[in-house]
Amino acid sequence: MDVLACIKRVPETGAKITLTDDQQAIDTTNLGFTMSPHEECAIEEAVQLAEDGDGTATVLTLGPDEAAEQLRTGIAMNADEAVLLETDGAEWSPIPTAAEIADAVRDAEEDGAFDLLLFGNESADMANHQVGVRVANDLDRPCITGIKDLTAEDGRVVAKREVAGGAEVYELDTPAVCTVKEGLNEPRYPSMRSRMQARKQSVDRRSPGRDPSGGLEKVRLEAPEEDEGAAEILGEGADPATIDAVIDLLRDDVGVL
Amino acid sequence: MTLVLVEHEAGSPTDTSLQALTLARGVADEEGEELVAVAIGDKGDGLADAVGEFGADVLYHVTHDELDAYAPAAWAASLAGVADERDPAAVVAPGTDRGQETLAHVAARRDLPLAANCTAVEAGDAYEVTRERWGGSLIEHARLSGDTKLLTAAPHSVAADPAADAGDPAVEPFEPTLDDADLRVRLVEREEADVEGIPLGQARVVVGGGRGVGGPEDYDTLEELADLLGGAVGASRAAVNEGWRPHDDQIGLTGTKITPDIYIACGISGAVQHMVGCKGSDTILAINTDSEAAIIQKCDYAVVGDLHEVLPALNEAIRAEQ
Repeated sequence: MDVLACIKRVPETGAKITLTDDQQAIDTTNLGFTMSPHEECAIEEAVQLAEDGDGTATVLTLGPDEAAEQLRTGIAMNADEAVLLETDGAEWSPIPTAAEIADAVRDAEEDGAFDLLLFGNESADMANHQVGVRVANDLDRPCITGIKDLTAEDGRVVAKREVAGGAEVYELDTPAVCTVKEGLNEPRYPSMRSRMQARKQSVDRRSPGRDPSGGLEKVRLEAPEEDEGAAEILGEGADPATIDAVIDLLRDDVGVL
Repeated sequence: MTLVLVEHEAGSPTDTSLQALTLARGVADEEGEELVAVAIGDKGDGLADAVGEFGADVLYHVTHDELDAYAPAAWAASLAGVADERDPAAVVAPGTDRGQETLAHVAARRDLPLAANCTAVEAGDAYEVTRERWGGSLIEHARLSGDTKLLTAAPHSVAADPAADAGDPAVEPFEPTLDDADLRVRLVEREEADVEGIPLGQARVVVGGGRGVGGPEDYDTLEELADLLGGAVGASRAAVNEGWRPHDDQIGLTGTKITPDIYIACGISGAVQHMVGCKGSDTILAINTDSEAAIIQKCDYAVVGDLHEVLPALNEAIRAEQ
């Protein structure tokens, strides 16, 4: 099976997110970069499906020159090819992003279609929840989102979405598009050796020509207000007064006892 | 007018749909226009009273022979069909798996921008929207344009608030035109999970454990507390990555989002990605050795202490109480 995993380079944020002074972006001065956990699973799934079915796994991203680093992580995870739609680092809206990816897919498919396109359910940073669906519509392929279990069969995939108390099962004829969530699989951790080898792999670079804005224009970012320091300290350690205070809370305030 | 997709379970609207209705009513009121609810499938017409209470003036009930099972593109065709008939200024859906998916399809079909996970909206030529990024750990102020404004409401961020004057919406039956492509993907089966006890997402009490628990066997005391309170056990991403708990137990941005009466977070530092998953909790009690831990700043109640000492004593006291 030939599978394409689409990923996105995002900052590796910690317990607190700091913004730039102009409130246009996250201050990444002291941050590393990674990809969304959903997308690590997308790559792992692509690689497994390729390995099982004598096919290829390709990773693609739209992003700056530095996003080649995330593509090489995919190569180190045993993907075969990498495609970078190289931007100047500006934030791209979903509409032009999806259109550029659909174009790139059409070009890459001159020798035959990908059986499956995988996306993260939503990007970690912008969380627009729509690029995969837009690409599917553009290419006129069946699509399902939020998948946590995937099985490939002859000419189709069976995809499961987690819901309260169970799972929903969907069947899609290939070529198809799925957006996936973390928990789909356990992404492999690439060895140092495979990381070193991945550095030598060439990345197919293309220059997207569209206007990156797309009807949803960022004005500014803001850290949400937190009622910091509002916690009532019930006590320290396991002394009886502390435990009594917890019992009172559970019984009287919350009513679960 | 403002059109709202209302998800329902056998004629009863979901909480997230009532939140979406509340957000959409604000937009409709601001524009001085009608609020129109759209319910798809069997028993959807039974929603009239419930959506009327939240200010809906009209309820479209979408039915079609092929719509007994959920089909994302067919839902989008239905919503777009009602939109064609009524020409709304905005179409709103709950920010759930189905809501996001359906509206993304509508956006793709009509080549319109879509703002996901909005928490506030100011109507105008362009809409000024406030939306969640990074699962709610960052807020974006953005300008949404398009002939029809498409947006989803962030779940559990806007409180479901009944309208001052309950309406008595007329029910309009609507049969969409669906083609084969709309029905390519549909729900074929529902599997019941063979989990013991209460699913994490539905539990009234959740006991969560993080790296501070120390190892898989140390979850026994958390399991015991959860059992005593009729709750479920969850875990932080750190604990799942250690292999101590399965991914199904993960609470957070990329795990389950919980909405219990009380969340008891044990040995969890409180990374933003974790807090996003538990912010729907009515009350958060943290048990942590570090009084400077981020979670102590973000919870309602805290015990500063070692969970390995606090939990056994607490379990003992609860047994005595019961």
